[in-house]
Amino acid sequence: MTESVVDLEVGLINVTLLILLFITAIAIARLRSLFAIVMLSGVYSLVSAVWFVALDAVDVAFTEAAVGAGISTTLMLGAMLLTVRTAKADRDASKLAPLLVCFAAGAMLIYASIDLPPYGDPNSPANSYVGAGYLERNYADIGIPNVVTSVLASYRGFDTLGEVAVVFAAGLGVVLLLGFGERSIAASTKDKEDEE
Amino acid sequence: MTGDRHVILRVVSKLLIPLIALYAFYVQFHGEYSPGGGFQAGVIFAVAIILYALIFGMQDTLRMIPPWFTRRLAAFGVILYAGVGFWALMGGGNYLDYDALVDEPPGGHLGQHMGIIIIELGVLFGVSGSMLSIFYAFAGRVAEIRDEDW
Repeated sequence: MTESVVDLEVGLINVTLLILLFITAIAIARLRSLFAIVMLSGVYSLVSAVWFVALDAVDVAFTEAAVGAGISTTLMLGAMLLTVRTAKADRDASKLAPLLVCFAAGAMLIYASIDLPPYGDPNSPANSYVGAGYLERNYADIGIPNVVTSVLASYRGFDTLGEVAVVFAAGLGVVLLLGFGERSIAASTKDKEDEE
Repeated sequence: MTGDRHVILRVVSKLLIPLIALYAFYVQFHGEYSPGGGFQAGVIFAVAIILYALIFGMQDTLRMIPPWFTRRLAAFGVILYAGVGFWALMGGGNYLDYDALVDEPPGGHLGQHMGIIIIELGVLFGVSGSMLSIFYAFAGRVAEIRDEDW
């Protein structure tokens, strides 16, 4: 197979996935049923995870599938149960200003993307300097084959400690805001038993 | 239980939930070779529990994993991670310098392996405990999904 055919196929896959993302985003913006929106945002995360795999970013894809499609969807379902099931209809505000903001932001992003190094460029900043250094030193230093794990857990262990502390603080914040849940769960299960 | 209205959902999820939990541990302990690690494993494990709670109700879930346990699990994870740092300090190295964990000749990787496995366990406990605590805080408001919500 010649290189241009492979390039065309990869391009087709990318374009198809991006069109799917676009359709999902439009559907989310137009829907009013919160349950459908939560499910579609899970679909959006899954499709973007597939796209990350196509870009060879398997770790990002895996995290997107687990966090975006998994825990976010279930937590949004839980949050949805606390509120109404359908979003309020739009007021008759002008839609021109948001449209202009969208186009302006999109144009700026496209303009900025011109400066990005081409995909897979071995001389791009991400593939030279420290990145290349880690790839060379990893096995002698740490002795495990997965460079992502050794950067995350050993070279940058301090950052990861900070991330775990952030996740813990987020959990603590939600618990302090909403209550531990024990008393209200006990009350509602007691109500249910009383009904039975 | 709300009768047989969701029998397919219950049967399928009964099959899938143990596999999801098992997959979380695979991701955890295979992190040296394949994508993933403590964060992803913690989230996947929390999803398995949350899925169970959404489908089979809060009561059974609470009997299995009470809220006090998830909070202590999260705190224990962070302490475990930070504790490895202090262990390295006591071994004469810098904070979180895993080479100082065990006394070994230069070029040995036992300290690195031990450090990474323990801090990944800390991440697993911290993330899954936090996620489950958040879910319990939400679920504490409404006990179960009603039939008309599906």
